[in-house]
Amino acid sequence: MTGKTGGRLTDILYPALFGVGVLVIWEAVVKGFGVPAVLLPAPSAIWAKLIASLPLLWADFVQTVIRAVIPGWIIGSLSGFLVAILCDRIPFLRRGLLPLGNLVAALPIVGVAPILVMWFGFDWQSKAAMVVVMTFFPMLINAVAGLAASGHLERDLMRSYGSSWWQTLLKLRLPAAMPFIFNALKINATLAMIGAIVAEFFGTPIVGMGFRISTEVGRLGLDMVWAEIAVAAITGSAFYGLLVFLERRVTFWHPSYRK
Amino acid sequence: MSAAPAIAAKAPARAEGHALPVAVVCLAILVLWYIAAIPMNWVVTGPKIEAAGGGLANTLAFSWNEARPVIPAPHQIALELWKSVFGAKPWMPKSLIYHGWVTLSSTLLGFLLGSLLGIVLAIAIVHVKFLSKSLMPWIIASQTIPILAIAPMVIVVLGSLGFTGLLPKSLISMYLCFFPVTIGMVKGLTSPETMQLDLMRTYNASSAQVLWKLRFPAAVPFLFTSLKVAVAIALTGAIVGELPTGAIAGIGARLLQGSYYGQTVQIWAALFMGSFIAAGLVWLVGVAERFTLKRMGVRP
Repeated sequence: MTGKTGGRLTDILYPALFGVGVLVIWEAVVKGFGVPAVLLPAPSAIWAKLIASLPLLWADFVQTVIRAVIPGWIIGSLSGFLVAILCDRIPFLRRGLLPLGNLVAALPIVGVAPILVMWFGFDWQSKAAMVVVMTFFPMLINAVAGLAASGHLERDLMRSYGSSWWQTLLKLRLPAAMPFIFNALKINATLAMIGAIVAEFFGTPIVGMGFRISTEVGRLGLDMVWAEIAVAAITGSAFYGLLVFLERRVTFWHPSYRK
Repeated sequence: MSAAPAIAAKAPARAEGHALPVAVVCLAILVLWYIAAIPMNWVVTGPKIEAAGGGLANTLAFSWNEARPVIPAPHQIALELWKSVFGAKPWMPKSLIYHGWVTLSSTLLGFLLGSLLGIVLAIAIVHVKFLSKSLMPWIIASQTIPILAIAPMVIVVLGSLGFTGLLPKSLISMYLCFFPVTIGMVKGLTSPETMQLDLMRTYNASSAQVLWKLRFPAAVPFLFTSLKVAVAIALTGAIVGELPTGAIAGIGARLLQGSYYGQTVQIWAALFMGSFIAAGLVWLVGVAERFTLKRMGVRP
């Protein structure tokens, strides 16, 4: 690697070149072989559609991301975290809940979407509830693992300082748990988008990204579908990128960031 | 429940078992479920209970045996599962075994394809420096796209190209499950230390030999951890792949039909069936993991 700035430049340049290359080949294949737009629209056509239907895309974005994904992600992650702290205080609860939590995390939780739509109605409440259910268990498991991550040596030091349980939690164990918590937050960011969109397949008001995708597929308006996918991908990547940025700020001490 | 014995078998030395706490928590969930069923089903059952004269006996009888409840009582789900698993012939659309098999087969195909793709990508990334720089960010970005949202389009497009049935659903499972395999395998293949790699170089080993004799064995524990995650999400992918197409068979189709016709008990039964399949698959991968690691001489 040639210095810090050079390394960072290639870190961005290589993936960017790769991405541009994929787009160029895609455009060339679609134009060159005359692939019909109902199968695969060209990137330029998708871009045109995206620009032309910005208000519609914005309405879908508000319905799905602002109303369902973000509140659900916050509530689900926060409640998973609080239950993890509760489990930490009551070891019996931890030994009882954790195997179940591990089991539930492997289950196809998206299946509860029809039930939640039945309980909370067609609008964004049921989608937010779906996101809460999906994000709860990854946070619970990771936070419990994270709270157990601080070493015996450090904990003994805190005890020799005569610090209370709360002080040990706030000053030692929570900071030590941060890499695990951010891991869960990143997993949850992806799960939240999936949960909200899948829940929309089971019934929505006539707005929302999942609704738009399923109706446009029915009408073979694939350029609109791809525009919606582009919005989802940009949102997801921005969400993920923001979390990576925050993670670096909060867990700057972690070995994986050392140069 | 199959995860509990697996955990117990791993740490037999630990004095405090998991069995009692897990049993207590399960019991608490069951009790809460029965209690919650009374107020939650009141919308449906309230008038009937009042018509029958009220009282505790009537309340319990109606709340826990409603045909179209808001939340069915656990024994109703168990009964529905029993009826649809053992009461119908396995090849009839009424049987949950039939639907489970449809979903399971596309899960397994997708899991196989996805794991292979994941391993191949990881080997390429470890060996070609340009790919590790350019491909890795895109692999991560690929998972921020909610593929499950594209599922309907993938299925429609493949359907119009002449691919129907198993393959489109499997492709969605594949897309979901290659990711953890790639990430885990890259970590595993790069896990041998510099000293070990240098030793291989002093032996004048080719990079294929290094891969086969050092890197791959070192990556096996990582591979199995990733496979457990992958098989679980492959099942999720297969179920969701059945949703948007109006598929007539499979766990996802069963969920969709249940939600169209308000058959709550049927939804819950399908959900439990899917959960059993998921737990069974993860358990099987765990068994394969223990067997392989034992053969390779790893002692826990």
